Amino acid sequence: MTLWPQLEPLLAKVQKPARYIGCEDGSIVPVHGRDKTSWLLVYPDTYEIGLPNQGLQILYEVLNERPDAVAERAYAPWTDLEGELRRHRLPLFSVDGHRAAAEFDLLAFNLSAELVYTNLLNCVDLAGVPVRSEDRRPEHPLVCAGGHATFNPEPLADYVDLFVLGEGEEVVSEITAVVGEWKRAGRTEGSREHVLRRLAGVPGVYVPSMYDVAYEGAELRSVVPRYPDVPATIVKRTVGDLSEWPYPKQQLVPLTEVVHDRLSVEVFRGCTRGCRFCQAGMITRPVRERPAEQVRTMVRDGLLRTGYDEVSLTSLSTADFSGIERVVAETVGDTSLCGPTSVSLPSLRVDAFTVGIAAQVAKARRSGLTFAPEAGSWRMRQVINKLITEEDLYGAVESAFSEGWSRVKLYFLTGLPTETDDDTLGIAELARQCVAVGRRHTSRASVTVSLGGFVPKPHTPFQWFGQNSVAELRRKIMLVRDATVKARGVQLKWHDPAASLVEGLCSRGDRRVGRVIERVWRAGGTFQEWSEHFDLRLWEDAMTAEGLSLDWYVLRHRHQDEVLPWEHLSAGLHKDFLWQDWQDALAEHGVEDCRWTPCYDCGVCTGYGLEHVVASPSPPAGGSQGTGQDLSRGHEIPVRLTARTVRPEVPSDVAVGVS
Amino acid sequence: MKVRIRFTKQGKVRWTSHRDVARIWERALRRAGVPVAYTEGFSPRPRLSFGLALPTGYESDAEYLDVDLLDPIGPLVDEDRPSEQTGPDRRIGLDELPGRFSACLPGGFAATAVVPVEPGAGSLQEIVTSCSWEITLAGLDASRVAGAADAALAATTLPLVRTRKGRETLDDLRPGVLALCVAPPTQEGRPVLLADLATQPRALRPSELLAACFADVEEPLDITHRVRRTHQWIDCDGARREPIPVPATSRPLPSGVRA
Repeated sequence: MTLWPQLEPLLAKVQKPARYIGCEDGSIVPVHGRDKTSWLLVYPDTYEIGLPNQGLQILYEVLNERPDAVAERAYAPWTDLEGELRRHRLPLFSVDGHRAAAEFDLLAFNLSAELVYTNLLNCVDLAGVPVRSEDRRPEHPLVCAGGHATFNPEPLADYVDLFVLGEGEEVVSEITAVVGEWKRAGRTEGSREHVLRRLAGVPGVYVPSMYDVAYEGAELRSVVPRYPDVPATIVKRTVGDLSEWPYPKQQLVPLTEVVHDRLSVEVFRGCTRGCRFCQAGMITRPVRERPAEQVRTMVRDGLLRTGYDEVSLTSLSTADFSGIERVVAETVGDTSLCGPTSVSLPSLRVDAFTVGIAAQVAKARRSGLTFAPEAGSWRMRQVINKLITEEDLYGAVESAFSEGWSRVKLYFLTGLPTETDDDTLGIAELARQCVAVGRRHTSRASVTVSLGGFVPKPHTPFQWFGQNSVAELRRKIMLVRDATVKARGVQLKWHDPAASLVEGLCSRGDRRVGRVIERVWRAGGTFQEWSEHFDLRLWEDAMTAEGLSLDWYVLRHRHQDEVLPWEHLSAGLHKDFLWQDWQDALAEHGVEDCRWTPCYDCGVCTGYGLEHVVASPSPPAGGSQGTGQDLSRGHEIPVRLTARTVRPEVPSDVAVGVS
Repeated sequence: MKVRIRFTKQGKVRWTSHRDVARIWERALRRAGVPVAYTEGFSPRPRLSFGLALPTGYESDAEYLDVDLLDPIGPLVDEDRPSEQTGPDRRIGLDELPGRFSACLPGGFAATAVVPVEPGAGSLQEIVTSCSWEITLAGLDASRVAGAADAALAATTLPLVRTRKGRETLDDLRPGVLALCVAPPTQEGRPVLLADLATQPRALRPSELLAACFADVEEPLDITHRVRRTHQWIDCDGARREPIPVPATSRPLPSGVRA
């Protein structure tokens, strides 16, 4: 039943109404039926942020291809439409069929980041579903969630019926089957508990209500299953062969502007660079490359189908992809694409790659160039295992400026383990030196430094580290600011340390933090990842009301024998491995990429009977570890390569060695 | 060569903005395999120029866009895969373009005609002098609407405070109201106004007309159920013609109501 006639009059009153109409090329308005398990895939942030999400689009297609499932999409309505919906007593709706959220069998949330947690509660409430799992009845949809943030799902354990750990391609079908039986049996009184218990037996599925949590004073003592058929440890799902999943086949083409308005083709999953701060790199192991031939087909077919003039080759470190040079060369050189076409690489480690590619792409246009050294000193970079030298960075910057760039962006973290003021000030020094390098080529050379407060994440070697306080992060940011404020050509931007504090709370919190999230939501704290809506006071008040301490959850160092809230959830990494890597970090000892060096026995490959799937037995030339970009910063596009259609007479014999 | 395209915008896609429509056309042209001239410079864009912006939320039977094609009737297209691949075999004729474009546009958009534009012809923004609008109202009864239309036509001035570049000005809309009448109501019984509104020297929008006609309604937005641009007109020595005429799809203005 479509709500469109009731919704449409409201659209005249809200900003950017095209966010709510659906109609994208590639979208589906499926026919629902009693024999089909219906999924509403919800991204709990705005349409512009959520639409490009590849995970959601993949599951949308996989489910709609099944004869026993249908899937539609929903996004968090902006505050203006939410107000209109509540005023007119209308619920959260799908953008495909404009169907009420509560009519679906499952509300499946994509959780890419922690600050959207209050939005999840808001969406569930707006759907007309009780926000706490214990209050839901058989007529209510099952609320589930997946995505990187669910590797510590405990803060939402009382609000989400089931979590999925890891990659969703296969497990959604298994969930569909179980939920389908429940639906056909009529979702009778008392059946909700039964279906959840069955789902708890599906590998990779975590049903928090099936576990008892015990505390000893403030500390967590145990999380144990309540029934013998419920697994004690939930292990993430991993797709073995990416070539079997060439999705999305029909990438959605939005009618209105979104954050990544281009074709995306995923070239590999996983990363073994081993950056110790990077949760994505740890939880998505092992490396699985898509065959280069399939990438080329997906790029070409996708560009022809969508009409996009830009394709992004996505992964955690795209320059490591074995077939990268040919894919880029063939794409920018493809004259059948009816106009100039550019390739963007969301994670920049372009040493070997660019040298090779610059020769092939004789005339390349580039815009926007970002490097992520992450830390200001070699010592600090050994601690975080981001093994790039100053010479690597200066060489890359030199190449960039000599190739005609006048501005580069550098990403840094502050508040890292063992960080001293010398390390912090090293950031300012690197930036000044980069400008000096640039001035040799252009007087307009400038460097933008983007500084983020480090938030330790579960399932990483830094999960035991006590996050820096807001005051300490501010002090360090001010150190860098004072050291760069008079430096010619250096601009400094930083993230709000107060938002990092809340991110830290939600990242490593336990079940008790759930009530804090609920209080913040009830106090109106939605869209907390939007600086205009973020309000630290709401969180501090809620912590006080719940008798909990930010110091204890966020700022203290955790000890080795402490039970961590996510210990019953496994990304395949041995706790011993992570602890050893933490000790190596403290000893300032780096480790190399295990794709090309002996195994460190992190546990993932052996645990899954998998191996790293790479086409090339040797690492890319260039040697340095490079600057794979931290995904938590949101897929910036550091480099673009395009066949230049204008001024073809400009020679381009200079290879770009940007790392 | 430059071509002028007439297209429609109907249904849910009426909530896309003017900027959105520009991007939609850029993609559609590439999908259609029709090579377009690009601007020069660091960041080349396809050379498209649109006529008068249609307010977000309005539908239209008569939108226009000029496109610079690379080749004189130049698209070379492989016969077997007409919309997917170019090849050396064949040129496409102008008459094939509307169908080809419509197939590559999102549902709700359709190209209805394509004609060549003479070199030196004025831009759409310059030559279009008025538009016809079909305005469906909600929450007002027919006699009230008819009364307001009569009053507006009888008035010598129709004042409205408009904001322009942050400054408020008191404008007289009356000279811009070229025709105004009540049409038979919709199936749901909603009153319908037909209006011809001038676009020169400054375009008069239906929302502004309603604000002036129903000054006592608190939120004029709430009474605007649906607005459709049915025609754009070029005034030529007292006669008017469309930039590209197509067979009529909407009710013509009843005679005798020209203002």
